[in-house]
Amino acid sequence: MHVLVLAGGLSAERDVSLRSGRRVAEALRTDRPDWEVREHDVDAGLLARLRDHRPDCIVPLLHGAAGEDGALRDVLESLRIPFLGSPAAASRLAFDKPVAKRLAEQAGINTPPCVAMPQSTFRELGASAVLDAVVDQVGLPLVVKPTKGGSSLGTSIVHRSADLPAAMVGAFAYGDVVMLERYIAGVEVAVSVFERDADLLALSAVEIVPPGELYDYSARYTAGTTEFFCPARLADESARGAQAVALDVHALLGLVDFSRTDLIVDAEGRPWFLEVNVAPGMTETSLFPQALAEADLALGDLVAGLIEVAVNR
Amino acid sequence: MTGTRLDPWVDAYASRAHAMRASEIRALFAVASRPEVVSLAGGMPFVQALPVEMLASTAQRLLYERGDVALQYGSGQGDVTLREQILQVIAEVGVTAHPDDIVVTTGSQMALDLVTRVFCDPGDVVLVESPSYVGALGVFRSYECNVVHVAMDEEGLVPSALEEAIARVRSAGQRIKLIYTIPSFHNPAGVTQGPARRAEVLAIAQREGIALLEDDPYGLLGFEGEPPRAIRADDADGVIYLGSFSKTIAAGLRVGWAVAPHGVREKLVLAAEAAVLCPSNYAQLTVSEYLATQPWREQIKTFQEVYRERRDALLESLQALMPEGTTWTIPAGGFYSWLTLPHGLDATAMLPRAVANLVAYVPGTGFYVDGQGRQNLRLSYCYPEPDRIREGVRRLAAVIESELELAQTFGTTHGLNPVSGTSVPAPNLQ
Repeated sequence: MHVLVLAGGLSAERDVSLRSGRRVAEALRTDRPDWEVREHDVDAGLLARLRDHRPDCIVPLLHGAAGEDGALRDVLESLRIPFLGSPAAASRLAFDKPVAKRLAEQAGINTPPCVAMPQSTFRELGASAVLDAVVDQVGLPLVVKPTKGGSSLGTSIVHRSADLPAAMVGAFAYGDVVMLERYIAGVEVAVSVFERDADLLALSAVEIVPPGELYDYSARYTAGTTEFFCPARLADESARGAQAVALDVHALLGLVDFSRTDLIVDAEGRPWFLEVNVAPGMTETSLFPQALAEADLALGDLVAGLIEVAVNR
Repeated sequence: MTGTRLDPWVDAYASRAHAMRASEIRALFAVASRPEVVSLAGGMPFVQALPVEMLASTAQRLLYERGDVALQYGSGQGDVTLREQILQVIAEVGVTAHPDDIVVTTGSQMALDLVTRVFCDPGDVVLVESPSYVGALGVFRSYECNVVHVAMDEEGLVPSALEEAIARVRSAGQRIKLIYTIPSFHNPAGVTQGPARRAEVLAIAQREGIALLEDDPYGLLGFEGEPPRAIRADDADGVIYLGSFSKTIAAGLRVGWAVAPHGVREKLVLAAEAAVLCPSNYAQLTVSEYLATQPWREQIKTFQEVYRERRDALLESLQALMPEGTTWTIPAGGFYSWLTLPHGLDATAMLPRAVANLVAYVPGTGFYVDGQGRQNLRLSYCYPEPDRIREGVRRLAAVIESELELAQTFGTTHGLNPVSGTSVPAPNLQ
């Protein structure tokens, strides 16, 4: 089996992606020593590489745009090279947070209300008036973030209207469309799901306790900064509820192989869907590998098993 | 019930390690290394201008003929032949010394570390320029120094501000151990102290009894006239002078040096032995062989020409393309210009947009310990070819235009600075 792990790319999450890619590649080499596992950046040399050394399967571990928005997967589909994970169309739905939230909401899944707008709307209608209207609708505090992208880049929690403009500028630095989402106080959890033998299985929720209010880039990738509980300290019913949301979202959006859903569980134990990731982080501090470890599952074995399915899709 | 922090040693680290954290800025620099991005960020010397074949033959000959020395441990103070040769190099900036006054180090960065290790206890004050070299700030912070910035103007460190800072710090009961200055072709400000300014700064240091740490990696890379005379040339007892071959030969060799008064030098040697035993013999002998057999002064002239052409490309592009309200310094040598954005813009917040548009710079906040510099950024012109510099400035100008529009949309700017127009823009180094 010849497997090519794609990592890097040009997004702001390049460094995270490279670490995820390296970790998965190493896990595969350990678990399947007879496989040929290579790593490659997504750059101008990639297509020539695929033409000259066509792999049996690709593992796209690019985070952020191109990797998760379906663009690269479109290319792989057109080249008819099997790849691990969700198809392009489903990835596109998942990557656009307001779209995924709207679909979830229509399916009866709780998700905090939000408004998403491009910069031009604020320019044309007047930022102050638009922000006032949004605050009236969504309420304070609220979360400002780019509609696409990960690792909380450009994300901030806003408690006062006066802090909104700076938060908007910070979010627009990372994307062309920004969403303002009602802040839900509660326990922040991530639920990873994966497919095995035609079943969709949910791992235990991982509870995230960052040092500050926001689980930001530094809290995510500085080991020792954030405290994690796996399984999360939730009542059984709430934990099952969070897992059910992750399973439902995965199926609803047509995701394939694995995904990670981020949620808040409020004081009443009710899960609120925030977003779903088709290329969840696989670094030393990432959530998916923690959930696997808690279930006594090896990352290499899981990914290898999924690859064996993917090559026959 | 306690969870996991994924690092079993988290409670064992020294307090100084707590600030060592992953950051969005570092993540963006990972993208800046891609060839699609015009990086005006890193201060990488253009080593392609070196005669590589000659260096290869030098390295080969060195291994064949002196491998038993090159591959062996050496003296903690550094190879004596190289120290004699360094005397010729520092003579170019007016410094006379004895080979025993020199300590060879693993780049001048290590000399910075050693000097700080020898002089500073936690809490001691180091006075630095405003802004100052990010690598020096990192060293001072790692030794838990209290770093105090002192204002600069178009001619570098402002003497009256230096005097005020000394008085203020001492009246607060704090000890000042070092005045750290980069008098020639400043990193990141791009400005140079004239002879009178240097004399004033030195006089203050002498009068106040504070050691002057003169960092001079760019001194030989001026674009006009003779190299500026080092401050150390006028005081052998009160100035510790740091030099480097990183910009005049090759950064990858990691060979620098300190010229220090004898008491300081003895301690630097002991500190160096504790840190690394000795600097790389192989790298030292390579440099020594290069200096002995190659026209190194001619090579420096080649570097000067390369960097002058790139400086000109940068300045011409900035003048032609930058939005109103943007100003920048005009370096007479070295690698950097310091740019000030229109009022209300934040260079750190703008960096993701810049990288997404395939141009990178270093936000100004990196050159301060106290959060200043948000409106500033450092542009390096040393590495990209002139056409790439022009393209990078074109991209940067578009990013600034977008950011201005964004800031105006959300009211985070309240009117712009006076228009810089086509006149020579004034620096903003406060």
